[in-house]
Amino acid sequence: MSKIRDQLVWNRLLAIVEEQAQTLMRTAFSAVVREAGDLSAGVFDTKGAMLAQAVTGTPGHVNAMAASVGKFLARYPLVDLAPGDVLLTNDPWDGTGHLNDFTVVTPVFRNERPVALFAATSHIADVGGRGFGPDGGEVFEEGLRVPIMKLFDKGELDDSLMRLVVANVRDPVVAEGDLYSLTACNRNGGAQLLKAMRDFDLDQLDDVGQWIIDTSRSAMRDEIRGLPDGVYRREMAVDGYDEPVEVSCSLTIAGDRIDIDFAGSSGLSAFGINVPSNYTEAYASFGVRCVLGNDIPNNAGSLEPINVRAPAGSILNAEPPAAVSARHALGQMLPDVVLGCLDQAIPGVAPAEGASCIWNPVLRNLATAGGNFTNAPFVINPIFNGGTGARATKDGLSTTAFPSGVRTTPTEVNEVTAPLIIQRREYRPGSGGAGKYRGGLGQTIEIAHAEGAPFVISKMFERIRHPARGRRGGDSGAPGRVYIKGGEELRGKGQDVVPRGATLVMETPGGGGTGSVGERDLAAKARDEEAGLL
Amino acid sequence: MADRLAVDIGGTFTDVVLETADRPVTTKVLTTHAEPADGVMVGVAQVLERAGTNADAVGVVLHGTTLATNALIERRGAKTVLVTTEGHRDVLEMAFENRFEQYDLNIDRPQPLVPRRWRLTVPERMNAAGEVLTPLDSAAVTQLVPRLVEEGIESVAVGFLHGYANPAHEHLVRDVLGTALPDASITLASDVCPEIREFERFSTACANAYVKPLMSRYLADLRDRLNAFGVRCPFLMMTSGGGLCSVETAREFPIRLVESGPAGGAILAARIAAELELPRVVSLDMGGTTAKICLIDDGEPLLSRSFEVDRSYRFRKGSGLPVRIPVVEMVEIGAGGGSLASVDRLGRIQVGPQSAGSEPGPACYGRGGRHATVTDADVVLDRLDPTRFAGGTLHLNVDAARDVVEVDVAGPWGGAQGDVYEAANAVAEVVDENMAAAARAHAAEWGKEIASRTLIAFGGAAPIHAANIADKLELDAVLVPPAAGVGSAVGFLAAPVSYEVVRSRYLRLSAFDQSVLDEVMADMRAEAEAVVGPVAQGELSEIRRAYMRYVGQGFEIAVPAEVGTAEGLRSAFDAAYEQLYGRLIPGLDVEVLSWTLTLLAGSKGTRVHGSSSNARARTSTAAPGNDSRIARQDLPEGNPVVGPVAIVEDQTTTVVPAGFEARVDGYGNVILRRQP
Repeated sequence: MSKIRDQLVWNRLLAIVEEQAQTLMRTAFSAVVREAGDLSAGVFDTKGAMLAQAVTGTPGHVNAMAASVGKFLARYPLVDLAPGDVLLTNDPWDGTGHLNDFTVVTPVFRNERPVALFAATSHIADVGGRGFGPDGGEVFEEGLRVPIMKLFDKGELDDSLMRLVVANVRDPVVAEGDLYSLTACNRNGGAQLLKAMRDFDLDQLDDVGQWIIDTSRSAMRDEIRGLPDGVYRREMAVDGYDEPVEVSCSLTIAGDRIDIDFAGSSGLSAFGINVPSNYTEAYASFGVRCVLGNDIPNNAGSLEPINVRAPAGSILNAEPPAAVSARHALGQMLPDVVLGCLDQAIPGVAPAEGASCIWNPVLRNLATAGGNFTNAPFVINPIFNGGTGARATKDGLSTTAFPSGVRTTPTEVNEVTAPLIIQRREYRPGSGGAGKYRGGLGQTIEIAHAEGAPFVISKMFERIRHPARGRRGGDSGAPGRVYIKGGEELRGKGQDVVPRGATLVMETPGGGGTGSVGERDLAAKARDEEAGLL
Repeated sequence: MADRLAVDIGGTFTDVVLETADRPVTTKVLTTHAEPADGVMVGVAQVLERAGTNADAVGVVLHGTTLATNALIERRGAKTVLVTTEGHRDVLEMAFENRFEQYDLNIDRPQPLVPRRWRLTVPERMNAAGEVLTPLDSAAVTQLVPRLVEEGIESVAVGFLHGYANPAHEHLVRDVLGTALPDASITLASDVCPEIREFERFSTACANAYVKPLMSRYLADLRDRLNAFGVRCPFLMMTSGGGLCSVETAREFPIRLVESGPAGGAILAARIAAELELPRVVSLDMGGTTAKICLIDDGEPLLSRSFEVDRSYRFRKGSGLPVRIPVVEMVEIGAGGGSLASVDRLGRIQVGPQSAGSEPGPACYGRGGRHATVTDADVVLDRLDPTRFAGGTLHLNVDAARDVVEVDVAGPWGGAQGDVYEAANAVAEVVDENMAAAARAHAAEWGKEIASRTLIAFGGAAPIHAANIADKLELDAVLVPPAAGVGSAVGFLAAPVSYEVVRSRYLRLSAFDQSVLDEVMADMRAEAEAVVGPVAQGELSEIRRAYMRYVGQGFEIAVPAEVGTAEGLRSAFDAAYEQLYGRLIPGLDVEVLSWTLTLLAGSKGTRVHGSSSNARARTSTAAPGNDSRIARQDLPEGNPVVGPVAIVEDQTTTVVPAGFEARVDGYGNVILRRQP
């Protein structure tokens, strides 16, 4: 029975973290968590190794959080923790890469002994400072930074910490609510785990945890061993803030391990698009995991054979006090370059490059609008997506987040939340890169203020100057654009004012195509024409 | 009391039950897909003949069907256009802009029911307050007509942004197109689902429009044929929300019928719970391909307003078409008797969601099935009597079952020493754990406890697995009703006439306005009465709910709104929120986004069971020994049989494992209890 029991425990852990994520999503206050799923949840063994993670959630959080729990344990060794303790941080280097992400870690005790930890991360819309955006020069400008601390001590809320948090953010209700919701989802996970341990008559999780990690690691190693050894390189230039950023990747397959090295990539940016190494590791390893052993659950074992390095001081291994608020803009591009390497080792698996970076403008009122406008204060952070790259044997997905796991927010919800009118939001014909398989389409979004008042946009967009490249003869996707309708082009990064009466237009990038357009199936071409997609 | 006739059309079988004064008469005939009414009429003739009665004795016909669901899954609906707001043509296809599976690069998002070339836009715009920003010019609508005629469009869905707040523009389109195209069906999103969030609203409207002509034709045809046959009584349809509505309502909103069959099963379980005064029940309906689980408290199944049709990727959330309709809330997983068992490369046994279905079916059926299924594992475990399966019409091939379990499971799982029995046991453990996990997650999602419920098991495969699942869920009792094979149709007989209406009307409790609440309730009551009034008998009762959340949250919870004051709503919200999430958030304001009102005709309290004297014969006096089989009709009254024993009947087998005992109650239910 014990052989099947171990498997049943594993299944149970996967179910528990899924529930944990659902609880977080349903109770969250931040729109981006509750509507978009910008969160992660997982269970860890007593050494801080991840045993299971929710598939609900987004890879940047998940894989970064996987490393984060060890840092919590370094600060608060398990022997010093007690039932009812809840730990918290939003430190970019100890958590998931920028101040907006709060990670909460909760130890679970059975018969007075610690048996596991639950961790959850969610994106809180505002953490003070300049607000979410890439314009800061140092992390100190980007908002409140909470080192790893106890939020609850033996069940008692640290009121000083909570008051400090709510005093430093623009939307204290959301911040406070989300810290409670993170705490609640971990507590629910812990209760479920204790019940599972009773059901399976387990005093500790270490043995079955080790088996889960060993089994996953060895399956992942088998997978890698099947690939040809070698060093595969890929370069990719992206827009950056004020100047292009070079991402240089060499992926080495040696026996049963993969080493990814970003040596040769650009140095630090003066602005907040720098990426801490935990976030670089998260997205680089996701690039591998979405094609290699993607049926092996994500945990410390399946991640272990993949090693990611970026030189100290490079834009992909930014150290404090670098500004990192918009680290996702570059981080989400990393799977494209990793897949570009893997395509050489395993032909016919990797998709073409896609829009990759989500387009999530922060839109808010201008503090002094002038005129006779009501100028009601508002701030929203809607998510729009471009097209994914064409797959090896299929078209790309239009207006779909990849690699990010987030969802978009409905137009009607955005318009209820902010005095804006989204005049247009539909496919952008012709934006998918041509090829045997076409890249996914981007979209065109037009937004005006309901009263014609001026408003502010903070941008963290990519692929305006450097479109998604096709693969194996496929064309590039259309580059993105952001401009004032009938007026000037705007930069892809940073803050601008949309003048009174004007309409803001965003055109998200299309994905690259795969294979030569001459080989495209005629029926597929006819379907695209009939639908007006070309 | 006049006889009552219930008809459930499923994918494979059409079940017909005639409830007469002294006994129920049931039959199962093959579903006739080309003309579904054919099968119904065959079944109706059979039960009337067996009951020795004639058509005019039937006082009411209750009907549920999966035809709408099948049309959606197989994309066999009408040629449908969506008329929508200019600039927003692709809402239906852009959906949530996400991938429902993170690690599979090759997933495909659900194909919208209305392709892009049939998504037509007109200039018009409302804001979130329902104020007109751009008026709709009826000429723009008229201009669409030649195109619709030329393309042979049969059905039109109309969905405009913020149409839930002000449906005037949708009404104008209906008026113009209704005149110009008298033969086309028209569905307004603001009628079907007047709720904020455009994608789900449009998706619901398009699904309704897509099945409307087909369902309308079918229902008219069936009524004509029943009339011609002499059945001229009232005719009511089962909805996915577990209530009955008129045929006219069903023809207008056929999307409300999608899950009517499974809802009937849940209603059956709910009625048993009410009759036997079981306050907390979980029902398990396990067939060939899937298992459906429903929580029932105080005789009422859990209800919700969201459902996905055709979850085509491993039943994964997000891989289907969302519809916002009143539904009996159930979790469905790919675990049935035909579910395939295999070993993955991590050495883990996997069961489902792929299924051998009924054709070719499990290997033990001897109909060409070549892969191990749950039923094959059950045969290896000696849980099924090979000679008496399906009433003896299908002789199970034990060797074939043993072979496939050895090749597909035991070999890869345990290497050369793999023990077939142990492997079969592991398959059963995994599928049982999958169902238990689904039940647990479902309960947690709804803030309910699973422990101490009674498990009511029906559907061909459920009674085989129910006791082990109960064990995993720490439940002490399992109930297997009689005639479990036609459970849904029996459930229709227990359903009340009811109708749920929804309105999105924003109200913040700190700025509570009684007149807004009174107006919205009166408005909904009038709409519900128009539907329920003509077909209901006796008194009407109301259930009011508010969909509430803390100001700033994204998801609403259903809160009883019987006390329609700010204080009453606040305390109801606090209670519901605390039950769901374990903790209140101090000092926050609460808002209401939507309201529902359900109008029910006073339930007649019909017993679902036949009279006990007919439920079974008591011919046997011999108590069975251990590790044996016994026919259900031979179960002795009074003294329980002690597990391990298998109780065999035509449609299923109830496994009573060691540690459990089974007895029959006065209604003919088999009840398993953990031995003291």
